[in-house]
Amino acid sequence: MNWLDHLPILPVVLPLLAGVALLVLRNRSLAVQRGVSLVAALALIPLAIALVQTAAEGTQLVYALGNWVAPYGIVLVVDRLAAWMLLTTSLLAVFALLYAIRGSDTQGRHFHVLFQLQLFGLNGAFLTGDLFNLFVFFEILLLASYGLLLHGGGRLRVKAGLHFVVINLVGSTLFLFAVGTLYGVAGTLNMADLAVKLAATPPDNLALVQSAGLLLFAVFALKAALLPLYLWLPAAYAHTSAPVAALFAIMTKVGAYSILRVYSLMFGDAAGPVANLLDPWLAPLALATLTLGMLGAVASTTLRQQAAYLVVASIGSLLLAFGLGSRDAIAAGLYYLPHSVFAAAALFLLADSIGRARGDFADRFESGPAMPGARVLGGLFFVVAVAIAGLPPLSGFLGKFMLLKAALDSPLLPWVWSIVLVTGLLSMIALARSGSLLFYRTHSPHDAASLTPPTTAALAPVGGLLLLVAGLVIWAGPLSDYAHATATQLLQPQQYIEAVLGTAPRPPEGRAPARGTPVGSPLLGSDPSAASGGMPLLAGTVP
Amino acid sequence: MEALIALVIGVLTAGGVFLALRGQTFPVVLGLTLMSYAVNLFLFVMGRLAIGLPPVISDAAAGYTDPLPQALVLTAIVISFGMTAFVIVLALKARAELGNDHVDGRHHDEERHA
Repeated sequence: MNWLDHLPILPVVLPLLAGVALLVLRNRSLAVQRGVSLVAALALIPLAIALVQTAAEGTQLVYALGNWVAPYGIVLVVDRLAAWMLLTTSLLAVFALLYAIRGSDTQGRHFHVLFQLQLFGLNGAFLTGDLFNLFVFFEILLLASYGLLLHGGGRLRVKAGLHFVVINLVGSTLFLFAVGTLYGVAGTLNMADLAVKLAATPPDNLALVQSAGLLLFAVFALKAALLPLYLWLPAAYAHTSAPVAALFAIMTKVGAYSILRVYSLMFGDAAGPVANLLDPWLAPLALATLTLGMLGAVASTTLRQQAAYLVVASIGSLLLAFGLGSRDAIAAGLYYLPHSVFAAAALFLLADSIGRARGDFADRFESGPAMPGARVLGGLFFVVAVAIAGLPPLSGFLGKFMLLKAALDSPLLPWVWSIVLVTGLLSMIALARSGSLLFYRTHSPHDAASLTPPTTAALAPVGGLLLLVAGLVIWAGPLSDYAHATATQLLQPQQYIEAVLGTAPRPPEGRAPARGTPVGSPLLGSDPSAASGGMPLLAGTVP
Repeated sequence: MEALIALVIGVLTAGGVFLALRGQTFPVVLGLTLMSYAVNLFLFVMGRLAIGLPPVISDAAAGYTDPLPQALVLTAIVISFGMTAFVIVLALKARAELGNDHVDGRHHDEERHA
């Protein structure tokens, strides 16, 4: 068997093996651990690029684990969306790790192990084609994120961490309830197979499927920090260490990815009775999230808190694009996604350097001492602010422009335009105010020794992330073509279903007996004639 | 039996939600545990209730029970075990760092006095 056939599993296995290896190497010198971690993170980039190249040809690469065919086994599916997310994650991870290597990884134990396991969970969540497996990868990435969030300890970090852990555990419970309900109704957990089965939901089970679908939405909205479930995010992101906050910039996007994947595949236009389940919810909630996130950014009292609220606002823009649901809107969202991840990560890393350079004043919005190296820091802050506020010439502008253009034929047009434009102005005001306060309203330092000038090692990752943002502009043509092709692929779930299930899906009646819980048997109600084909509620009479 | 199981799951969930909304970490941990019990039971039941049937297809038996929920629930139990252990350690750490066992790190009466 050609090793290239195993390409889809490598982004999942590599961080896992690296994490285990780092655990074994925990007593070796720090340099060895950093080297292994960095090499493993770097190796993900060529893998992701190879997968993007494969996916760009338009076919879904399906990898059946243990060669158990779908829908019975677990499959990994590489399509354009999954490859896009993998590439974004791998690029972000390298820069977050480069920043961590200059010191934050020594504040506690096992930083690199947790970091690799976080990547393991993230990559798995992007690749899996099975709903329960998605739950498992969510748990892996969450458990690693709990460890990373608390890394280094401290009063505020523990308090924010406790809230983060408890709310995510409740979210996991809801996820299981939703998965259980869907399994009880459809008798499968493979997402492609679920799409086929749910499209043929009998009227008796419709309410169950709808409630399971909306329950799943609540879980993904919690991970994505959509209003009203975003309250955990600002404290958690503002109080953790900078490289972790930078890596977490992708974590909310896992929720957004899951919303896009599940609701385009299982509850899309072709889903019959459960089609377009989210339409009344997603776009309005996203607009409200965008507004409140930006108001939070204006009202923030520290730079890291502001960055966290800007993450909330960016998830608002992203889900607004997905909520509008047209091909152009989804493409705009997909183009905006890596931009918002890189820009938010750059701001978190830069806020840490600024905080160090201000000594006891840290990153609080108070008139403080003039920073050593203020020119470099200020210059970088200006570029990051331009990127985040969505001003030309950086990619935030292109993303927002594509979004506004895609909203032209939407019934929500007045809302989208007014809120996106006003929040754009607000973000400009907020960042301009923070910048002028931090860099201009200064006095000469009393105790210059307590101020740490920024080092090249700390600023290089910020510069690298900004180069990526610039790259998004330079190659905007091919990248937005890729995003459009991705959106087209997502809006044709039939292709995905055929790729996973092998053949064109047969009518559900033909496949039902294999699982014992045919689509036709109602979960509620005990009509014996309806249940006679498979397993009734009490299975004692199965032929 | 369906009604009984449904009632058990409902009561466990209600108790779990009530406890999870309390202000101190110990009831919150208990609440999360109760909720995970409820969801494990729920997952298990999603393969339908059956008595005395094997989880494999066999000619000797009158039917079969769905084995998949049993595998799912095993995974879910392991995960919730790990998570509960983690959240207990975290609650203890929070108790040590914050000086009390309130989830916000302070009791409301203190706030009133302050």
